[in-house]
Amino acid sequence: MPQLPFFVAIPLGAAFVLPLLGRRSGRVADLLANATLALLAALAVAALGEEGSFSVGGWEAPIGIRLHLDGLSSLMLLLINGIGALVGVYSVEFMKRYGSIARYHGLFLFMVAGMNGAVLAGDLFNLWVFIEIAGVASYALVAFGREAEDLEASFRYAVLGSLASTLILAGVVLVYAVTGRLDLAHVAVMLADIGRSGPLHFAVGLFVAGLALKAALAPFHAWLPDAHPAAPAPVSAMLSGVLIKAIGVYVIARLVFNVLGATPEILAALRWLGMLSMVVGGLLAVRQQDIKRLLAYSSIGQVGYVVVGLGLGTPLGLAGALFHLVNHAVCKSLLFLDAGAVERAAGTRDLGELGGLGPVIPVASRTSLLASLSIAGVPPFGGFWSKLLIVVACIEAGQLGIAIAAVVFSVVTLVYQLRMQRGCFDRPAPAAAAAVVPGTPPLMAAPMVTLAVFCVGMGLLAAPGLAQPLGIASAVAVLAKGVLGL
Amino acid sequence: MIFLLCLGLVAVGIYGVLAKTNVVKIVLSLLIVEHGVRLMLVVIGYRSQGVAPILAVGSDPAALSASAVDPLPQALVLTSIVIGLSVLALLVALCVRLYERYGTFDVTEMRRLRG
Repeated sequence: MPQLPFFVAIPLGAAFVLPLLGRRSGRVADLLANATLALLAALAVAALGEEGSFSVGGWEAPIGIRLHLDGLSSLMLLLINGIGALVGVYSVEFMKRYGSIARYHGLFLFMVAGMNGAVLAGDLFNLWVFIEIAGVASYALVAFGREAEDLEASFRYAVLGSLASTLILAGVVLVYAVTGRLDLAHVAVMLADIGRSGPLHFAVGLFVAGLALKAALAPFHAWLPDAHPAAPAPVSAMLSGVLIKAIGVYVIARLVFNVLGATPEILAALRWLGMLSMVVGGLLAVRQQDIKRLLAYSSIGQVGYVVVGLGLGTPLGLAGALFHLVNHAVCKSLLFLDAGAVERAAGTRDLGELGGLGPVIPVASRTSLLASLSIAGVPPFGGFWSKLLIVVACIEAGQLGIAIAAVVFSVVTLVYQLRMQRGCFDRPAPAAAAAVVPGTPPLMAAPMVTLAVFCVGMGLLAAPGLAQPLGIASAVAVLAKGVLGL
Repeated sequence: MIFLLCLGLVAVGIYGVLAKTNVVKIVLSLLIVEHGVRLMLVVIGYRSQGVAPILAVGSDPAALSASAVDPLPQALVLTSIVIGLSVLALLVALCVRLYERYGTFDVTEMRRLRG
């Protein structure tokens, strides 16, 4: 498949050119970045349902480097580039007040290149390299506002993120020492031949700890509620909606199911991590005053659902997990864009000072309601079906305790989402409300409405039992097939 | 033996990241962790009395592969050092900015964020 390298090369090239061209005018940078992201989204749509490999430089694996596309990576590509393109449009208007727009777009495309590379990488080392690329860009984007809080959050995120990467690298090194291979399929085959040894178990532990840090699973979540709110709203949307999944959850799923083999111990560890995230994220979200912190804790909780579904290891659990991953990506990026609109209109993110914004920014108010209902699992939205699948899969696998917790924390999700909805939009404004900028510019409203349409549409698509919406079923098939062969 | 040194470096570094309060020392501890892992990576490709893995014109590939060190870990470690450098540059820039804002390198005095 000759188009695979373009998913990495196009954004990397554009990220390099942008700061050079954009010094003259921000408008050129806006146009170039959005054209690049739109092209990538079109490529991702075209790649849906395709399957194949690209050997870099014509060298075959295990000597050469491979990029590999299958059902799971094409689903992730669609999420990354689709949401990336919408967020890019939103950034044009939103990022005006931050200045240095060309550098922003450059870093953003750099991050997209890293994520695209991570989901396409066919070998362990390049997987690690792309995780690092996406990571470095995201550390810089979190600090983009240059306020004291942003710098502090970015520092904490960068230190923990690099520590996580180092653990992942150590895991890669151990796997190489044991098998002498780096290509995912070759590693899987070698491991099946030589069996599991002590160093390999240690490597699995390193992978799980490092990737849980990247995916912000409790108890490795401490950086996320600082980093995601500190970033500008479109960046938060991308970090919470896509990044923690592309370089966290996706990599966990790929390594555990396709390379290392889903042993009962690893699956149990995933269930525990997921369950703990569900509980910790849900409980801490309820008390937050800052709407973006609330959404960030909610992300921890919702990623917990996804990981619980993965940890069940049954086809139904995997289907629920991936479907919830897509739902959460769409809804949470929409909610962060809404939070950006609220911040822009009211000048604050504090629930104590917000209120009465419903008539002021009607687009944000309505789209946020749709996204909140979907993520909380109210029928007939997508979130209901994905949570239903996860709960049914839990019962089927005999995990009654997790099933009950999933239902309870679904209600908790509804509580905090409605608290935010009421605090921002529905109740009358407090007397001390800050200056209000009415209206949403069309370039900000369009991506929000598009994402809201997807939020609603996914529920309708999925209602008659997962009839291949967005290629989720083929992504599930990739994971359910077990370890790769040659 | 040398693997124990790697493990020691990683342990010392992780202790530093967790226990130190000075941002510069945290960054240095992070570097120690990374170097521990990189040392491990290089050691895996090592072979005593190995020769450089360069195939000269006319020499026998089988004889070379029997005596050469594994070149792959060396390539990997170079890549990882370059990536580490970019992260280090970013971290140091953040330290400088933090110092400008707070007038201190002490994380316990930077308390805008609740955990």
